[in-house]
Amino acid sequence: MLQNLRKSQSSESDAGPEQSGIRKKKLPHEVNVFIALVGIALIFEVFGWFVQGQSFILNTQRLSIMILQVSVVGIIAVGVTQVIITGGIDLSSGSIVGATAMIAMSFAQVSTYPRAVYPELTDLPVIIPLAVGLLVGLTAGLINGLLIAYTKIPPFIATLGMMVTARGLAKWYTKGQPVSFPTDSFAAIGVGMRPVLIFLCVALVFQLILRFTKYGKHTYAIGSNEEAARVSGINVERHLILVYTIAGSLAALAGMVVAARGLTAQSGMGLMYELDAIAMAVIGGTSLSGGRGSIIGTTLGMLVFGVIISGFTFLRLDAYYQEMIKGIIIVAAVVADLYRQRKRRMEA
Amino acid sequence: MTEDDDIVLRTDELTKHYGGVHALEKANFFLRKGEHVAIVGDNGAGKSTLVRMISGVEQPTSGKIYFENGEVSFANPIEAKEAGIETVFQDLALADDLDVPSNIFLGRELRYFNLGPFSILNEKLMMQKSQDVLRKTGIKIPDLRNAIGNMSGGQRQCVAISRSASFVSKLIIMDEPTAALGVQETGQVENIIRGLKKNGVPLILISHNLRQVFDLVDKIWVFRHGRVVGAVDASKTDGNEIVSLITGVKSAVDSNANHV
Repeated sequence: MLQNLRKSQSSESDAGPEQSGIRKKKLPHEVNVFIALVGIALIFEVFGWFVQGQSFILNTQRLSIMILQVSVVGIIAVGVTQVIITGGIDLSSGSIVGATAMIAMSFAQVSTYPRAVYPELTDLPVIIPLAVGLLVGLTAGLINGLLIAYTKIPPFIATLGMMVTARGLAKWYTKGQPVSFPTDSFAAIGVGMRPVLIFLCVALVFQLILRFTKYGKHTYAIGSNEEAARVSGINVERHLILVYTIAGSLAALAGMVVAARGLTAQSGMGLMYELDAIAMAVIGGTSLSGGRGSIIGTTLGMLVFGVIISGFTFLRLDAYYQEMIKGIIIVAAVVADLYRQRKRRMEA
Repeated sequence: MTEDDDIVLRTDELTKHYGGVHALEKANFFLRKGEHVAIVGDNGAGKSTLVRMISGVEQPTSGKIYFENGEVSFANPIEAKEAGIETVFQDLALADDLDVPSNIFLGRELRYFNLGPFSILNEKLMMQKSQDVLRKTGIKIPDLRNAIGNMSGGQRQCVAISRSASFVSKLIIMDEPTAALGVQETGQVENIIRGLKKNGVPLILISHNLRQVFDLVDKIWVFRHGRVVGAVDASKTDGNEIVSLITGVKSAVDSNANHV
C-alpha cells in the first residue's frame, strides 16, 4: 500500500515537467530583482572607473554606509511588505518612527542632563524605553488594524489619518523640542553595524514566518482573494489587525534605532520613510494588488534602493536628481508589476 | 411537514430580506439521506440565497434550519463546515496566488503543532493528501505547486470540488459548478458528482443546465421569485414541466411547495 502510494507519487512528479513544459521552470521573481541589483551595481562600477577613476563596489566603507542607511527603513519595509501582501497599504510608518523616537527617548535620558522630559524618570534600564516605544507602535498599528477591519475604510485613508495624527503626537509631545542625551545602554542599540544586525534578524524571522506558518499562508490568501479567505473560514478581520499591529511595532523598532543612532530624537524623524519602505517592497516584487511578495524580495529591493542612492552620491550627482530618480523607480516598479499580472492572466 | 428519520436537512419557513428585497420567502426545503437534488429557477429566484444560508455565509432574516439531529444556526462558513456541510461556491472562492494544496486546505491547514497563528504548517502532508484527492477526481494537474491562477477553468473547478470532497462531509452543495467550463471539463465534474452519489453523500446542485439536472439528480426543486414553486421527482417529470414552473406558466405542483 505504502509502496504503491510512493510509486504513484513519483510517477506523477516524473510526468510533471513533460506536460507543463517551460512554464513550470519559471524562476522566482526574486532572481530577477537580484539580476537587476547586480546590473545596476555594475553600471555604477563602469561609471566609477570612467568618471571617478575608482571602484564603486570594492569599497567597504561606502558599502557599509549604504547598508546602514537603508537597513533602518528596511526594518519598516518588512512590516509594510506584509501589509501590502494582504492587499493593503501603510502610510503611517514614517510618522510612527517620529512618535516612537520621541516617546522612547524621553524614557531613556540620563540624570546628568538637567532638562530631561521626566526629570524623576532618568537612568532607567534600557528595557523600559524599549517597551514603551514598542507599545506606542503597537497601539498605532492596532488602531490602524481596527479601523480597517471593522469600519471597512480603505487602508489608504486609515493609515493616512494615522500618519498625520502620529506626526502631530511627535510634535506635541515636547512642543517641538528635540529629546537628547540617552543612557549608554539605549544608545548602544544604534552603535556601529547593530541596526543592520537588527534588520537581518527581523527579516529572517518574518521571512520564515511568511513562508512556513499559518499566519503567512493566510496573509497571502487574504491578499489573493479576501472573499475566498472569508468563506474558507479565515478570520480576516482578526488577521488584518495582527498584520497592521506587526507593521506598527516594526516601525516603532525602527524609530528607536534611529533615535539611538542619532543620540537624539526629533519630531521630524522618519519623514517620508513610509514611501521609501513601500518602494523597497514594490521594487522587490511585492504586488500592490496583494497576494504576492516576500521578505527576501524586499531585502533585495532595499539593496537596489541603497545602491542607486549611494551610486548617485558616488557620482556626485545633485541630491535633487536622487529624489526624481526615486520617484521614477517606484512608478516603474508598479508598471512592471501590472505588466507581469497581465501577462500571467493571458497565459492562464 | 411530517417528521421523517430519513431527512438530513430541512428548512422551515426560511426567509431572507435584503432591505426591501425579499430574496427568499418562507422556503420549506428538505433533503433525504444520500439524495441528490437540484435547485433550478431564474436569476434572482432565491437559489443562491438559500444555499448561502445553509452554508453559513449569510444568516436568515427568519425561519429555521434543521441539520441531522437538530436545529442549527451557523454564524459563519467554518461552523457549517465543522457540522459537515461543504460548499463549492459559484465564484470558486480560490486564492489565485496560492498553490493547489494551500487552496484545498485553506482555512484548515495541517500543522506540526499548534502555536496559534504562528503554527508551522505541514506542507508535505498537505501535498500528499491533495495528490490522493485529486487522483480520485481523475483530473490532471501537472504541477500542484503552481499558483492556481495559472490553471484552466476545469482544473480550478476540480480543485474547488476536491476541496469539499476531501473532508468528511455529510452534505455537499455546488452552486453552478460547470457554468464556466467546456464540454470535456463539464464531463469530469459530472463524474465527480456521480462518484458522490455512489458513496451516498447527499448533494444540492444549483444549475441552469436542465440536461445536466435530469442526468444527475433524483429530485428537482423549482424556485421562482424567492418562493418554492415545485418539488418533483426527476423521473416523473420532463423539461417542459420544469420550464413551465420556472417561468410561472404553471403554478405549484407538489404538496411540499408553498401555495402562493
